[in-house]
Amino acid sequence: MKVTETIPEETIKIDASGIYYRELNARLRELAQNGARKIELHNVYGQRYIGTNLNRPVEVTIFGTPGNDLGAFMEGPRITVYGNAQDGCGNTMNDGEIIIHGHAGDVIGLSARGGKIFVRDSVGYRAGIHMKEYQDKKPILVIGGTAQDFLGEYMAGGTLVLLGLNREGHHKAKFVGTGMHGGVIYLRGNIESYQLGKEVGVAELGEADRELLARLVGEFAAHFGYNADEILKHKFIKLFPLSLRPYGRIYAH
Amino acid sequence: MKELERIQNPYNDDKAIDACSIFGAMDTSGKRFSGKGVIRAIANMHDRGNGLGGGFAIYGLYPEYADLYAFHIMYLSQKGKEDVEAFLKEKFRLTHAEEVPTQPTPKITNPPLVWRYFLEVGPQKPEEEADDDYVVERVMEINTKFPDAFVFSSGKDMGVFKGVGYPEEIAEYFCLEQYEGYLWTAHGRFPTNTPGWWGGAHPFCILDWTVVHNGEISSYGINRRYLEQFGYHCTMQTDTEVVAYAVDLLMRKHNLPIEIVAKILASPLWSDIQRLPQREQTLMRTLRQVYGSLLLNGPFTVIIAHHGEMIGLTDRIRLRPLTVGAKGSMLYLSSEESAIRLICPDLDEAWIPAGGEPVVGSLKAPLKTPVAAKEMVSHVD
Repeated sequence: MKVTETIPEETIKIDASGIYYRELNARLRELAQNGARKIELHNVYGQRYIGTNLNRPVEVTIFGTPGNDLGAFMEGPRITVYGNAQDGCGNTMNDGEIIIHGHAGDVIGLSARGGKIFVRDSVGYRAGIHMKEYQDKKPILVIGGTAQDFLGEYMAGGTLVLLGLNREGHHKAKFVGTGMHGGVIYLRGNIESYQLGKEVGVAELGEADRELLARLVGEFAAHFGYNADEILKHKFIKLFPLSLRPYGRIYAH
Repeated sequence: MKELERIQNPYNDDKAIDACSIFGAMDTSGKRFSGKGVIRAIANMHDRGNGLGGGFAIYGLYPEYADLYAFHIMYLSQKGKEDVEAFLKEKFRLTHAEEVPTQPTPKITNPPLVWRYFLEVGPQKPEEEADDDYVVERVMEINTKFPDAFVFSSGKDMGVFKGVGYPEEIAEYFCLEQYEGYLWTAHGRFPTNTPGWWGGAHPFCILDWTVVHNGEISSYGINRRYLEQFGYHCTMQTDTEVVAYAVDLLMRKHNLPIEIVAKILASPLWSDIQRLPQREQTLMRTLRQVYGSLLLNGPFTVIIAHHGEMIGLTDRIRLRPLTVGAKGSMLYLSSEESAIRLICPDLDEAWIPAGGEPVVGSLKAPLKTPVAAKEMVSHVD
């Protein structure tokens, strides 16, 4: 006997008003396990960890303000937020995508190990702190606006792009790349050397850099309705770690 | 990845995801409003606290006694009450006294007796002394010499309500929904280094200055010793207490504006000072020399309030969160934006202020986004 399984194609809508985060995330898990492909969450006000532990390529669209650690440990889903994200967005995420039509708070993409995050506007402190990579797992964080201090702090891998589309002149962030020992930051515009961590080098973009950047800016522009060519016309610089093993000598003797 | 729900937490030791929650709402036109929204907002951040402290400050609270000092006092014994009331009658003109209304709230256990007194400074005060200074001295006297009594609110036309419980439970206990004010601050506590007890809940208050705080003041010892020279005595066993006395000293006694006070409490780093123009550099160096002992070290976000002004400030490298929302004449400050959106979904603007830069709502000036914050503003539909 042949068993056929119907997979719900339609969008499932949930009114999240007053639903505690554990219950909300349990419902999302159940829906994803039952094969739901598209879920819309309305009236989201601060529920934490949305998208964690779904482990399937489900599309979750959020209207409102999701709580801290949106997409923490995420593995596969695509989350789109029509609103601002709070702190800890993409905490240790492994795979999937987060697209924020607004701004994000502190430590976005902290310890991310894979997946992509696109933010239309600006981000708070310590964006991309300790992102890391291994072989083909390379997290990506693209920020349309600017960032506050400690961008890419202790960065160990992955790619961070800062576009500054909402401002003129130099970014104001200080301590950029402090403790950086892996990965790369592409920054549209320029930055003074005092704004950089001691571990950071500045270079022109090479051919491989330009290809990667064009692809990421293309995706960013498609998400938020920008013209990628216009964005790419502007000068970019590349920030990279001067050493991949800054403390190696300490342990040698 | 493993299916975490199957093996989740076999030891039943859920990670504490707590931090303090702080919230402030001010109508800069001076219009008074009910606390219902503020209570909902702080309750929305329930998980940041752990039920060991909650509290509120309300400004424009007692218009019928607007010119009198309103003391809110906690008593641990009937004897404490008798002693303090005799003291108050000796030192002030006591216009009115009543027990602060409460209602039975299941989660609020073993509360102290809480009374309020409306006091006028009379001829008992030495002629050359300012009323405010006289009041500060009497508050310190009660808090250090009467073992079973704590004055936890002492300003005019304002009041603090606080205790051990979640903030929404404290609000229910003290029937706060029935009060109105033009400025409210609120706090949910997750005590880290010091006990969760009734006096240790936030806000901390002296005269009409109040502070709610998320973080920890690691410079507490230095700050406390410095403030003792000016007659402030820390009795509440919690680091935040020094911030209330520091702003009273700096803003009331030394008459410094918040822009300068922010540079004292959250002083710019030396590397930043070195790049300033000469005049500003001299000012910053002078402030660090004169007021170095009031630098607040460690991670903090505070909401400071007094009559006519609400101020949000974080430490200079913003180790604790603060988010701002504005709508018409309303200014909101919060640990999390979702708490603001819950009670005001259609904000004109929402932004994240830079570390060490104060956000100020004032009755004297119309609300506007600081130019420096413009690049952090988001408009979402």
